[in-house]
Amino acid sequence: MPLDVLIVDDSAAIRKILQRVLRQTDVEIREVYEAGDGLEALEILKKHRVHLVLADVNMPNMNGMQLLAHLKSTAEWQNLPVILVTTEGSQSKVMEAAQLGAAGYIRKPFSAEQIQDKISTLF
Amino acid sequence: MNQELIVTAVAKATSEVFSTMLGTEVNLGRPSTERVPNVSDGVVAFLGLAGRWTGTGMLSCSPNLACRLASQLLMSEYEPGSEAVNEEVLDAVAEIANMVIGNVKNILEEELGPMGMSIPTVIFGRNFTTRSVGQGEWTLIPFDCSGERLEVRICLAPAREPVPVRHGFQAPEYVELR
Repeated sequence: MPLDVLIVDDSAAIRKILQRVLRQTDVEIREVYEAGDGLEALEILKKHRVHLVLADVNMPNMNGMQLLAHLKSTAEWQNLPVILVTTEGSQSKVMEAAQLGAAGYIRKPFSAEQIQDKISTLF
Repeated sequence: MNQELIVTAVAKATSEVFSTMLGTEVNLGRPSTERVPNVSDGVVAFLGLAGRWTGTGMLSCSPNLACRLASQLLMSEYEPGSEAVNEEVLDAVAEIANMVIGNVKNILEEELGPMGMSIPTVIFGRNFTTRSVGQGEWTLIPFDCSGERLEVRICLAPAREPVPVRHGFQAPEYVELR
């Protein structure tokens, strides 16, 4: 099944890198949407069905943890896998993400293989 | 503040970010301290840090190096030179600073307790004056990156009142244009 993916990061550089990494995965990627923060992500999710969200944590307006909490508390998006890709590396953040229901937690700097391996385990 | 801890954290974080994301190595130079950041040209990215200790992290380099780093990070060609420093180059430098200072923060948190970090602010120009409102001392950690100089600076001091840890606040720095 080809995947539609949403990348949420306030850095255009990271969005561009993740786009490239996604296109190199073994999993077929159909559409990649981009958002600069959690609020923009929600707007996109209201219009488009996606299979996977890759989200930064430290973003303005609505951060990645808030986005994750919102998605997991909304019936429509409860089962949507969210992988956090962030510089936040403290154990408390990793545990918070796990408690909120994140499907993965990848620390920046990341290698393409880390992203690809995580996606392969989910699909 | 233990300067050695800062130098070790910056060296580890910078080396990891450059080897993993840029496929290049950096060589640590001789660290020093300064009262005011001695930066007046080039590309400078700032991030604020706050918690029981508060301050700023800063990464600076020449326009040429900024273009080269952006080319390596984004796998696109940005011709070296001031005119090539566009939004994409600035965004790439901001993200490199975010990863370096973010990982420094992760290491320092083990000693200093939880800290929040701002989103990066990046400046490109010439002949500017940098001032710091606080009284803290800056630790300057220089690197050689294939013949070009890259500088990382950290200034941290105990907070007068502990600042609640949150993310996305503005860096407490300003730059005057002459």
